[in-house]
Amino acid sequence: MNDAVTLAGNNGQAKMPRKRKVSKMAIHEAIWGYAFIAPVVLGLVIFYTLPSVASFVLSFTKWDGLSSPSFIGLENFSALLQDEKYMRAMLNTMLYTFGTVPLSVALATILAVFLNQPIKGMVVYRTLYFIPVITMPIAVGMVWKWLYNSEFGLINYILGTLNLPQPNWLFDEKFALFSIVLVAVWSSVGYNAVILLSGLQGISSSYYEAASLDGAGTLYKFFRITLPLLTPSLFFVLVTSLIGAFQAFDLIFIMMGKQESLLDSTRTVVYSIWENGFKYFDMGYASAQALVLFLVILVITVLQMYFQKKWVHYQ
Amino acid sequence: MKANAISKSSRLLVHVLLILGAVIMVTPFLWMLSTSFKSFAASMKVPPEWIPSDWHFENYSLVLEKINFSRYYLNTIIVTVGRTVGQLVLCSMAAYGFACLRFPGKNIIFVAILSVLMVPSQVVMIPSFVIMRELDWLDTFYVLIVPGIFSAFGTFLLRQFFMTLPRDLEEAAKIDGAGYFRIFWQVYLPLSKSALVSLAIFTVLYSWNDLLWPLIMTSSEEMRVLSIGIASFQGQHATDYPLLMAGAVMATVPVILLFIFLQRYFIEGIALSGIKG
Repeated sequence: MNDAVTLAGNNGQAKMPRKRKVSKMAIHEAIWGYAFIAPVVLGLVIFYTLPSVASFVLSFTKWDGLSSPSFIGLENFSALLQDEKYMRAMLNTMLYTFGTVPLSVALATILAVFLNQPIKGMVVYRTLYFIPVITMPIAVGMVWKWLYNSEFGLINYILGTLNLPQPNWLFDEKFALFSIVLVAVWSSVGYNAVILLSGLQGISSSYYEAASLDGAGTLYKFFRITLPLLTPSLFFVLVTSLIGAFQAFDLIFIMMGKQESLLDSTRTVVYSIWENGFKYFDMGYASAQALVLFLVILVITVLQMYFQKKWVHYQ
Repeated sequence: MKANAISKSSRLLVHVLLILGAVIMVTPFLWMLSTSFKSFAASMKVPPEWIPSDWHFENYSLVLEKINFSRYYLNTIIVTVGRTVGQLVLCSMAAYGFACLRFPGKNIIFVAILSVLMVPSQVVMIPSFVIMRELDWLDTFYVLIVPGIFSAFGTFLLRQFFMTLPRDLEEAAKIDGAGYFRIFWQVYLPLSKSALVSLAIFTVLYSWNDLLWPLIMTSSEEMRVLSIGIASFQGQHATDYPLLMAGAVMATVPVILLFIFLQRYFIEGIALSGIKG
């Protein structure tokens, strides 16, 4: 049986040299191949590729979404440079991203190392840390808005009993973005930890055994074995988290959306795209903002790919 | 592992730290639950009550009266099921094509599909709105379901999984005279249950929690999904936190339960997308 299977496999692979008869089979296979992929490919072209191209074209036009778009060259982009609101949104997005991602990944690394220990109740811990990840961001935003409430919120109550200062979290422009960053960290740690945990489980125990024989301590093992061998997973987590953080919208929408005056210190680029496109119907301008966002994400991702040589160790 | 084992005292320390972190993770949910049973006045008591002194279960029925919650629920379920079933069928077919069949241009097309993953959805949003308007799909189930069933991520995830399956099975089925569709349907799909469940969970979560797409593409009250329904509920009752929390509880509990029961598949799915990515 096994032999027959291998033989058949070889015959299948040896298609190329012999012509007529097999190429008919190859055509048959190719037709089926195209048939299998056709629905997804067509759908992605219609709903993703074409709109992406259209978005690129639209960013060079002025368009209210109804009349025909008028070509204005690079005007949208030069307007962006002078648009204080947009520049502020870009700055906020950067602050949000570079506040959230390092903190979340650092905490997730520690959490993953803890969860990788042979301790009881690992599944329970994993479940508890993961629940924030799967909860609807709108609900998360609402709960945290209530926790942050300056008069009746739980957080200020606890701070009060500890005699610590009680900031007006979401309503103080110095704290508003920071408050949202904390929520974003809270809801992303579990996800990052699960990816890092599967990376940790791939590290061969022989490294640790050898280090123990040499008398290495826990910290030494962490910095010299665990961390270097975890770098491929860390790299993956960093790349995907940064891409995700640059697209932040939901939390800001639910926690700040009604406070126009405070939006300046929390508006992200995606929020600005949504406002321009669907509140002011300035669709060309919104498309230009989306294109810039894409380019920023692309540059940051390419830079990470480039610099991974310097710190990522593949086993 | 043995060499990496830790002493009893440091194991205790790990437990203490893990419990501390778990408290921070869980407290917001307990607080949400606790508030959802309080009267409006009790919710503003200082010091706050952890366990309500009198229970107001009627908050939940009040939410159901004040907004068309059951309608939002139904809409969300229809959208979630539609997208999930669609993705499972179409992505698994495409994944089989990419993983197991030979045809000219396969690699180029596959790379093109992966490039879709790189474009942020906000880039697609504005032209999509116009396309949907021209199709007359705005504010219908079509706009909420159809674009969501074509997934580059789902195709990629399942293709990675199919690549790990032994080819012998396929060859054996071929000798038995099975066609490609039968091999796909009767050999590959039954072997891929865990990967299919993983993708299903990802899709369910994504469509259940999705906000921006339905926010843009729907406008009428009866087409609202849960996330939009809750957001507009918050707009009307900005400070009535017991009611808001009752709504939040009802919107999140199904997904949390789903996760608790199926978390093995979920963790596997993340590992699959993470390692191979």
